[in-house]
Parts: sequence; structure tokens; C-alpha cells
Amino acid sequence: MIAFLLRRAGIGLLTLVLASIVVFSVMEILPGDPARLMLGMNATPEAVESLRNQMGLNQPVPIRYLDWIGGLLVGDFGRSYTYSSPVIDLIAERASVSLPLALISLALSTAIAIPVGLFAASRRGRVSDTLSMGAAQVGVAIPNFWFALILVYVFAVWLRLLPAGGFPGWGGGIWPGVRALVLPSVALALPQAAILARVTRSALLEVLGEDYIRTARAKGMPRRIVLWRHALRNAMIPVLTIMGLQFAFLLAGTIIIENVFYLPGLGRLIFQAITQRDLIVVEGVVILLVATIVLINILVDVAYAIVDPRLRAR
Amino acid sequence: MSLVEIEKLRLSIGDTPILNGVDLTVDKGEILGLVGESGSGKSMTALTLMRLLPQASETTGRVIFDGRDILAANEDEMCRLRGDEVGMVFQEPMTALNPVHPIGRQVAEGIRWHTGSNRADAENAARRMLDRVGLPESRFPLTRYPHELSGGQRQRVVIAIACALNPKLLIADEPTTALDVVLQKQILDLLKDLVDERGMGLLLISHDLAVVTEMADRVAIMRRGEILETGETTRTLSEQVHPYTRQLAQASMHVPQRTEKGARPRTRASSPLLSVEGVTRDYSGRRTGFLSRERPFRAVDHVSFEMGRGQSVALVGRSGCGKSTLARMILALDAPTSGDIKLKGETVIGRGEAELRPLRRDMQVVFQDPYGSFNPRHTVERLVAEPLHLLDEKPSPADRRERVAAALREVGLAPADMAKYPHEFSGGQRQRLSIARALITRPALIVADEPVSALDVSIRAQILDLFAELNSRLGVAYLFITHDLTVARAITDDVMVMHEGSIVESGRTADVLDNPRSEAARALVEAAPDLHRAMARRLVQSG
Amino acid sequence: MSTVEVEAAPESFGDFLRKAFASRSFLIGFAITLVVAATAFVSLFWTPYDITNLVVADRMKPVSAEHWFGTDHFGRDILSMIMVGSRTSIAVAIVAVVVGVGLGVPLGCWAAARGGAVDDALMRFNDLVFAFPALLTAIMITSIFGPGAVNAIIAIGIFNIPVFARVARAGALALWPREYVLAARAAGKNAARITVEHILPNITSMLLVQATIQFALGILAEASLSYLGLGAQPPMTSWGRMLFDAQTRMVVAPHLALFPGMAIVVTVLGLNLLGDGLRDVLDPRLRRER
Repeated sequence: MIAFLLRRAGIGLLTLVLASIVVFSVMEILPGDPARLMLGMNATPEAVESLRNQMGLNQPVPIRYLDWIGGLLVGDFGRSYTYSSPVIDLIAERASVSLPLALISLALSTAIAIPVGLFAASRRGRVSDTLSMGAAQVGVAIPNFWFALILVYVFAVWLRLLPAGGFPGWGGGIWPGVRALVLPSVALALPQAAILARVTRSALLEVLGEDYIRTARAKGMPRRIVLWRHALRNAMIPVLTIMGLQFAFLLAGTIIIENVFYLPGLGRLIFQAITQRDLIVVEGVVILLVATIVLINILVDVAYAIVDPRLRAR
Repeated sequence: MSLVEIEKLRLSIGDTPILNGVDLTVDKGEILGLVGESGSGKSMTALTLMRLLPQASETTGRVIFDGRDILAANEDEMCRLRGDEVGMVFQEPMTALNPVHPIGRQVAEGIRWHTGSNRADAENAARRMLDRVGLPESRFPLTRYPHELSGGQRQRVVIAIACALNPKLLIADEPTTALDVVLQKQILDLLKDLVDERGMGLLLISHDLAVVTEMADRVAIMRRGEILETGETTRTLSEQVHPYTRQLAQASMHVPQRTEKGARPRTRASSPLLSVEGVTRDYSGRRTGFLSRERPFRAVDHVSFEMGRGQSVALVGRSGCGKSTLARMILALDAPTSGDIKLKGETVIGRGEAELRPLRRDMQVVFQDPYGSFNPRHTVERLVAEPLHLLDEKPSPADRRERVAAALREVGLAPADMAKYPHEFSGGQRQRLSIARALITRPALIVADEPVSALDVSIRAQILDLFAELNSRLGVAYLFITHDLTVARAITDDVMVMHEGSIVESGRTADVLDNPRSEAARALVEAAPDLHRAMARRLVQSG
Repeated sequence: MSTVEVEAAPESFGDFLRKAFASRSFLIGFAITLVVAATAFVSLFWTPYDITNLVVADRMKPVSAEHWFGTDHFGRDILSMIMVGSRTSIAVAIVAVVVGVGLGVPLGCWAAARGGAVDDALMRFNDLVFAFPALLTAIMITSIFGPGAVNAIIAIGIFNIPVFARVARAGALALWPREYVLAARAAGKNAARITVEHILPNITSMLLVQATIQFALGILAEASLSYLGLGAQPPMTSWGRMLFDAQTRMVVAPHLALFPGMAIVVTVLGLNLLGDGLRDVLDPRLRRER
């Protein structure tokens, strides 16, 4: 199992290195001189030149790449010229909104999807199965930002139960912050829950067709126990895969939702940084998101190994 | 009163009738062999007894187990019955166990459920049961997972699960079909011992008359959802009252007429058709770390032999002995790690696809699975004509059709069949198509990998006849890869016995199979089910 | 000998139609898709109102007999806008699928046929692409290279490439050990020829199912990009663009957002149902019962 995980971690590291090269190269070929952007249009060429030297922009590309990587490793993500503050501070501040949002959404989506999937699979072909899967089918088709607009209209504009947007920060206690995240996380979670419920159901049905289910039934085990003890664990592999993908998606999916709700999260940060060409921020956030996704993939592999002894053996 | 009484059992799944009035009884402590070809409804009869039928099934009739009406029982009653009073062993041991639970827990689960005993007691019972089926804890701890066991060992676990609570009836549905003959013998012996020792009734379902003859007290012959004949095993099979019983028995013992059998001169003196010289094939081991790998696995180990023109040779051995790997290398579908293979004196090793073409014209292949060996989307004409690609000059459409028609006639099919698709043919007809495809370039050698083992006995007999006839008429040489000694005996002049990658014995087929000298050959011969021998033994036993 | 009733894959086109029309998912999905496609086609010649004609007096009118879905902030008929906008949404999604199939399928087939280093390289490439959040990358591409439908196609299509490569590779890898492929090799056919004659025809159904899924995802992705103002630019319109225009006017005129959104939901639902139905019919593995 250690070897299996080391190998997966190795592949993850390789992916990360390749991704950093891609990110760096893309930023490199983009037009725009960071030094000039930082100093503004009225700066003298001498001032720009001196800042370029100071930022190391005049050094050869490989050296700058290595400098950048070296900085990342010690937590130095550079300095944003639109916010005039270290990128790492911006990320830390914004992550305090985005991370809870993604985690709440993932928890919500899992808590809805797995019971619904189990329920539908255990009542396969009956009306309740058809109805819940019909609803899931519609849920999959709903764009989350549109769903967010509808939620805002119903719960904020019409019923006035929840805030329509904005974020009070965590300074005033947990409750106001959570209240601000309710609608965004529901908007993110429901379409994801629909996907996950469908995957759970079909994975369960696939497993329920396996020979070992028949062996368990021939032992005299009732359907209910067979479903919990024999089917669910075997069905977890595809479910875990989708959950890993969804967490990655939720991190990036916040870009749109944070826009709808005016939340000061990572998504809005990077979206604004892209439109304002604040490339150092873009670079930093993108590489961080990629690293998170790579890490999640490794965690999913660990989870596979816990679920399936055949993987542990490798 | 019998343990199981089935009367006028009818079963349909959706609109398809499966069973059309089955009458069957199994007495306490009796072994009943249920024999029939594929699709006859044997498995469905067993699943009806367990009430584990597919969802859209409808049953009528009477099924009584130990005084209880099975068809009227509710799900709770069935759950109490299954695993406790009726145990079941399935055909496919590789998939019958849950991969995520250790074997001890899988055996103990049913014990705990039915007896309500605590975990420790149930595990002790499971330990004793696994020990009884030949998996002692010292070598197979309860914490082993199914993937750590071989197919034969897994089937032992399934048997342990089925027999853990001493059921009154054990149902074994083709329990050895997925295993090689040596394992088959071991598993059948185990089943017989358990049944004798515990006084269980056994419903043994099999397509193999020889297996049933060895095992069963009584036999029931089934076809198209009906029981045609039941009776005491040796009498039923020797008297053969029902024509279908006779047909089955004769097909099982069928030996094709071979005009020149034994008279064909050995061709060693002249230049051999095929020569295999010191061929070895290693597979690199599984990756275990960044740079470390498991030790390479040697599938074929320094194999050398020669075959003459028109010679029919069998390559026999247990599953996994390397015979299929060797066949693929001869066909240049896989490259040896070392050694040389020559066809008509020219090496097939290390040639590009273009350089191989003249050699490929002279060697063609017939595979085991009549369903998997055709692209379902092509017409027969296109499929059978495929090897014509090997000709240097592309034949005209008319010429191509003429050749396909000739090949189809050669194997007993009509030229009009060439416009059809493979799914329109039965298994036996597809195997004829396979042979037609192999013949179309008039090869000197056909390599046939288990060409009849997926076929029912009556079809198998016809295909063996066809092989024998083509050998006599066209002088084509065969290399038959098979685990079935009956097939080897029926249509080959010489036999080679392969064991763990090496050829351990070879010679005239009759000599080797009658007087095997190597241990591997002896094990194969002793384990091979043979209807003649089984009948003789039973007759002696019953006096 | 099998105790499982496995339904066979369809054996001919007639058989396919018979099975397809017995599938509820397929029927509903096919009907919805047909209606959407027909609407897009009709809009080429006729819409209830001319959307290039701005009637400021009629701006943001609610639902009425004249304007079934109301009017937008320029007084344009929303039903007509949805009909015209469907063309952009569908075109972007289809071309992105074509990009994915065109590059991904050959890549996947090549990797499966060659194995070894080629296969490893493809898998690493897939890992690399999947390590980037798709939406983020699409935003970067459209924002850096300029917003617009063409760049949206590129941004969406790039992520379709590894998806189709993966599906084609998995399908092809399962077919290469088949006996009919071995027989073709014994008949001296090279890998390219075998891929064309034996592999591709037998993975088409998998690819078709995946294509309907990616088509649906493409419509969602186009809507997301346009909603951020990075997709279709005026005077071109699309469903996402309509939502972009609607978001600031939600409070006064919710119907501006309601109907384009429903158009997206219905279309994606139809495509997903169609995909499900096709999978049921073409890949009966999942339909076995016990």
C-alpha cells in the first residue's frame, strides 16, 4: 500500500511540476510589463527599469522560473500590484470565505446525495425511484448560477429571509458569516448532489448485479443487510471519484457563485485579477488550486486503498 | 417423503418461457445429477429452489422443500431457509466472493445471522469449516482477502459458506466448469466427502455427463425447460431409453472417423513444417515501487519441438501452464524473450508486419469463443475474407466472393450465408465460420486454441468431425491447444504435455495418455472426466 | 449456462430503433432535443419578433399574450431572443464536442494501440489537464485571448480532448485482446487498419453517449462563460448572455432570468435523457437484473 501511495504521490508531484511550467510559460508569453503596470503610465523609463531589476524581470527565463518556484516553497507568492500587498496574505484572507463555502457545499451535497442514491437503488423501478431520479436528472441540468439567481429572488428579495449577497466577515461571530453562506452553498450543492445521487444509485445497482451479492443472498442475508454490508462499500469507489472531482469543481465553481453573491472569496479574487491583468495574483492562485486538486486526488487514492483491499496489496 | 419435490414447475421471465413443467425430486442424502446443454433451464431450476430469480420472473406449480411450500413462502421465511437449510455453490469462483471482506468474515456472517452466536463463536465455527474444506488457518488465516486466493481456493471458501451450517440440501451449479481438470477432481472429491459425511442431499448441475456419472446416485436429463428422463445413473446412461439421452451419451464419447489415423508417416525426416527452438517468454513483474518490480514471471521456459506437414498435434496442460502464450508466439502475435520459431524454415521472429505476410498466409488460427471471435458489425463475407488481405494481389470482388463461397462449402455452410451477420448463427455454426476464415488462404498450419471447449457436447462432436475431415482431405496440420484429453485423444496423432512453462512429456497421443510417465501428465489423465471409465467404475461398484 | 439475463446490444439499425423507442429516457430526451433543434433551425428564417428592432417603449414588459416570455431591457421579445440565442449555445457546444472528438479519439486510439511510453505520456497529459479547474482555465483563456464565441469554443473544446481520449482509450484497450482483433492481426492487418475496421466501429456507441454528455456540459459551460461576460458578445446573443444582462435587473424583472435559464435546463435535461437512453440501448451491461 505504501508503494502504491508513493507511486500515486510521485505522479501527483510530476503533474504539479508540469502544471507549474505551464502556468509560468502562459504568464510569460502574455503581453504587459508587470513593472510598468505596477508603476502606472506616468513612470519614467528609468524607474521602470530599476523596478524590473529589483523584481528580477531582466534575468533569463529558467532562473526566474526557479526563483518563482523557490518563493512558492517558502510561502512567498510575490506581491500584487493592484492590491499592493503580498499575494499570500490576499489568499489567506480570501480562503477564509471560499474554503468554508466549498466544504459546506460538499458536506451538504454528500448528505443529500448518498441517502437519496441508496433509497432509489433499494427501491429500483418503483415510483419513488423514478421520481427521485427524475428530480436528480433535472437537478443535473440546472446551471448553478441561474439557480443562485432564483434563490436570491425567492429567499432574499421576496421572502427577505436571508441576505442577497455580501459577506460580513468572521469577526462578528460565526452566525452572520454562516448566514451569508447559506444561499451560495445551497446553489452550489444541489446540482452537485443531483450528480452524486445518480452516481451512487448506478454504482449500487452495478454492484447489486455482481455474483458475490447472490452469494450473500444465498447465505440467507436479507436485502437490506446485503445493501449496507456488501453493496455500499463496493460502490464507494465511483462515488469517491466523483466526490474528489466535485471538491475540485467546487473550489473553481465558487468563481461564478461568488460573483452572484458578491462574496470576497478566492474566486472573485482571481476573476478580478484576470480582468485587471494582475498576473502575479493569477499565477499564485492558479498554482494553489492545482496543488489542492493534486492533493485531493492523492487523498481519494488513499480512500480507495482503505475501501478496497486489492489496492492495499499493491 | 422426499427432501425436494418439484411438480409441474413453470417459469417465465418477462414473456420468455424458461421452464415448461419440471418434475423433480431429491431425497435426503442423495446426489441428483441434473444434466443438460446450455439454455436448458438447469440453473433456473436451482435458482427457483432458492427463490433468487431475476426480477420479472413468474412461477407456477409446486416446489416443496422439507414439507414447506417454497413458492408460497415470504421473503423472511426464505432468508431463514437460505444458507441454513439450503446452501448453494456457484459456477464462477473468481467473482462469487465479496472482494472487500476477508474470507473468515464471509464464512462467519451466515453463521452469526442464522444462529445468533457471538462473533468469537461464529469465527471459531468458520475456522473449523475452512479447515475442513482444505484451507487450514496456518496457511490461510481468516483475515485473507479473496484476491489473495486462487480460483480453486476461492471455490473452497464458497463451499465452506454453503456448508457451514450443515444444510439439508446443497445445490452446486456447475461448480467446476471454470476450473481445470485437476482442480475439478479435487473440488468434486471434496463435495462428495462433505455430502457423505454430513448426510446432505446434493443437487449437482452440470453439462458434463462424465462428471455426473462419477458423482450422482440418480440423474435427470433436461432439455428446453423440461425433464426428459430421470433414473438411477448407470442404468439410465447404459440403457439410454430416451433418444436425447442416447444422443448426449454418444456425443460425449464421440471419436471422429480419421481415415489415415496412425498410418500417417512421421515426417521428422523431411524438413519440418514448424520448428520451435528454445523459446522462452518472460513477463516483467508488476511494479511495486518507483524503480522496483516483482521478479519477472516466466510463462514459457525453453520450449523446443517440431511439427511435420499434415501432422495433428495436441498441446495439453492445466490452465496457466503457458500453452496459450506459446500458441500466440507461434502465430507471431507475441514475441519470445529468447529462442527461435521457424515456419517452413523461415523465422517468424523480429519481422515487420509486411515481411510476415507470406508466413501468415501459411498459418491461421481458430479461437475458443465462437461469440468473441467475430466483429459483430461485419458481414460473414467480410469476416471470412479477412485473411485474403495477406495475398500479394488483391482479389477482385467476384473472385473474393468465389473464395468465400468455397470456404463456406468446405465447412458445411451455404454460400448464401455470406450476406448474414455473425449473430444470426448458432455457436457451432460460428465455429464453422472461424474454421472457414482460417482455411481461406489454404494454410499449411492451423493453430486452434480450445476450439471446442465453449460448445455443447453434441455440437462439439460435429466440429471435431469437421476438423478430422479437413485434416484428411486437405492435409492441413493442426496444433490443438486444449485442456480436454478427450479432444486430444479424438483427433491428434501426437501430444505434448506442458507444465509450468515447459514441455514435460511428448509422444504418440494414445501412448502418452494411456501410459503417462511424467507426474504432470499422470495428474491430468487421472483427473480427466471420462464417461467410459466412469461408467465402468460405477458398474463395478454396483456389482 | 448464465443465470443472468443479459440483454444483447442492438444487432442492426432496425433493432436499435425498436429498443430505443421502448426506452422512456430515449423517447423524452429525443423529443426535447428534436424540439430544441427545430426551434434553432426555425429561428434562421422566422422569429415572432425581429430582435434587431429595439422598441424602448416596450422595455421589460412582463409575460403577456403578445410577448409570451415578456420583453428585455431593450424591449426585445424574449421568446425570439431565446430562439436566436439557442443557435449560439448549440453551435458553441457542438463545435467544442467536434474538437474533443477530432483530437481526443485519435489520441486515445493511438495510445491504446501503441501502449508503453505513448500511453504513459497520454495519461500524464490527461492528469495535467484534469489538474486545472476547467472553468477557471476557460475563464483565463477567454479573458486573455479576448471574450467571444470562438475563444469560448477553444476553452471548452480543450477540456473535451482528454475526456474523449480517455473514453476512446478505455474502449480500445478492452477490444485489443478480443479474439476478433487477434484474428485480424493473424490476417496481417496493421494497427491503423485494425483501429479503423475493428476498434472504431465498436467504440462508436460509447463515444456517442459521451458526446451527448459533453454536448450538455458544453451548453452549461457556454452559459457560464457568457454569464461572466466572456462568451458571446453583442450583437450576438446566447442564453448565458441573456442571463448576464438579466442579473442586475433581477429585482424588477425576474422573468428576464427565468426563461433563458429554463431554456438551458430543458435543453440540458433533454440531452442527458437522450444520453441515458442511448446508454441503456447501446450498452446493456448496466441493465441486467436479478
